[in-house]
Amino acid sequence: MNNLSLADEKTKIQVRGLDFYYGTQRSLKSVDMIIPEKRITAIIGPSGCGKSTLLRVFNRIYSMYPKQEAKGEVMLNGENILAPGYSMNRLRSNVGMVFQKPVPFPMSIYDNIAYAVRHHEKLSRREMEERVEQALRGAALWDEVKDKLKQSAQSLSGGQQQRLCIARTIALRPQVLLLDEPTSALDPISTGRIEQLITELKEQFTVIIVTHNMQQAARCSDYTAFMFMGELIEHGDTDTIFTKPSKTQTEDYITGRFG
Amino acid sequence: MTDNTQYMSAVIPDAISESEKRAARDHRHDAWFRRTMLGAALLVLLLLASIAGSTLWGGALAFKTFGFEFLTSTEWDVVNGKFGALVPIYGTLVTSFLALLIAVPVSFGIAVFLTEVAPPWLRMPIASAVELLAGIPSIIYGMWGLFVFGPFMAQYMAPWINDNLGALPLIGPVFQGPPLGIGMLTAGIVLAIMIIPFITSVMTEVFRSVPIALKESAYALGGTTWEVVWDIVLPYTRSAVVGGVFLGLGRALGETMAVTFVLGNAHQFSASLMMPSSSIASVIANEFSEAYTDLHRSALIALGFLLFVVTFIVLAIARLMLSRLSRKEGL
Repeated sequence: MNNLSLADEKTKIQVRGLDFYYGTQRSLKSVDMIIPEKRITAIIGPSGCGKSTLLRVFNRIYSMYPKQEAKGEVMLNGENILAPGYSMNRLRSNVGMVFQKPVPFPMSIYDNIAYAVRHHEKLSRREMEERVEQALRGAALWDEVKDKLKQSAQSLSGGQQQRLCIARTIALRPQVLLLDEPTSALDPISTGRIEQLITELKEQFTVIIVTHNMQQAARCSDYTAFMFMGELIEHGDTDTIFTKPSKTQTEDYITGRFG
Repeated sequence: MTDNTQYMSAVIPDAISESEKRAARDHRHDAWFRRTMLGAALLVLLLLASIAGSTLWGGALAFKTFGFEFLTSTEWDVVNGKFGALVPIYGTLVTSFLALLIAVPVSFGIAVFLTEVAPPWLRMPIASAVELLAGIPSIIYGMWGLFVFGPFMAQYMAPWINDNLGALPLIGPVFQGPPLGIGMLTAGIVLAIMIIPFITSVMTEVFRSVPIALKESAYALGGTTWEVVWDIVLPYTRSAVVGGVFLGLGRALGETMAVTFVLGNAHQFSASLMMPSSSIASVIANEFSEAYTDLHRSALIALGFLLFVVTFIVLAIARLMLSRLSRKEGL
């Protein structure tokens, strides 16, 4: 675990000089960052530091709000996703996102997953069933729901709902998975299951997780980025960040002196 | 620690009985509050029952005289004292249904535009315009319908509808008729304009209540605005949306003045939407001041009772459909 180094990794996403504005307020200040492929990168920092904002740039979900704007470059596989011509459809099928609160769609468990897939691909009934099963197995939910796929997704527990959200995201077979504080609304047992799941997901996906739970970052990430006041302060392998950070702000934060 | 000891020593029998008294008082207040609210709710039922009862009582003479034929006869002959309610019932249902057919998609469009599409600076003016529309008295709609919209229908729309829609197989006859300008289609359109504000404001309200996270996750999966609205927002708000639609329908069924102006008040049964007809409320409004015989007056009151029944049946069907739908989707 200790011989990880950003320099040796294959780059999945490269952020260059990224600024983000909520109206006139600048909430990301020329962020430069490299997200390594098939690794788990945790973004930590105090509330309002811009960590969620950064995550929301990676799939451009912010663009549904007219007053939010990102400037700079975010290269995914060498292409700038902020370029005006970049297809939103392609971006969203390559970069999936799971939100803080579990939000199942108001339909059956099966349809929650099939709905997302249907938008991007035309599959036969058989293929769709396979895809749904695969996604549910991938999210470690299959055994719990295989007998009630036609039931409403709202009948699941919070932790199950969140795994369903992960399932419907990975059903699209994205390359990058964005997790925005995915366990903050869950109990410790569900949190444990999701964390274990995140570690497994690394095999197939590049995972970026925003969390304000430092133990969680330390437990399940390969790399950790510390942000403060809209700036990326320090980014390196998780062990180094948590044992011998090079910046005092990072040290202050992880030792609990502020934030 | 000292604070704590002080507090502990303060809990002497006197204080205990004081807190018990307070608990009893709270309980009493709560009970009274509940009873008052129950009374307010029961008042609605009482009112409804007494209005329904008195219209049934007033219409008893007509019901007794004509029996079941009152519902099936298209005859409405004041001079010879023959009354049948089929034409007004039919006219009421057709105009209201037409109004819904037009108003629901338009309101849906306005509500989606206001909540999902419109830039923030445009939302206020449109939302206020819709509210203003709701504030216009129905007599104004009636006058506008009769003097402005009716002639426009007669001159431009009716000929076009006759030539194009009227030439269609099967449904053609529905659109054939003289270009009178007034009639069921005109009434339906005017009614639609009148109920659009109601349906729109309910839809806008409930669309706004959809959790942001739900919409964001749908967009994050690559959904288009249309898909998010149709597949996520609408099912999530379904029962409230249906409620709003039926609020509009209830209004359309009972609307009197505007319909009286533009429907033509003809007691004739016609399949064509271009022909004049009559509705329950418009017949009552037109004839009540001239109803000299007991039977005529009773027939009009009986119509009022039938409006109750019609509205009740329509709302019951809506409820039934809604619960069917939610059972099918396992919600």
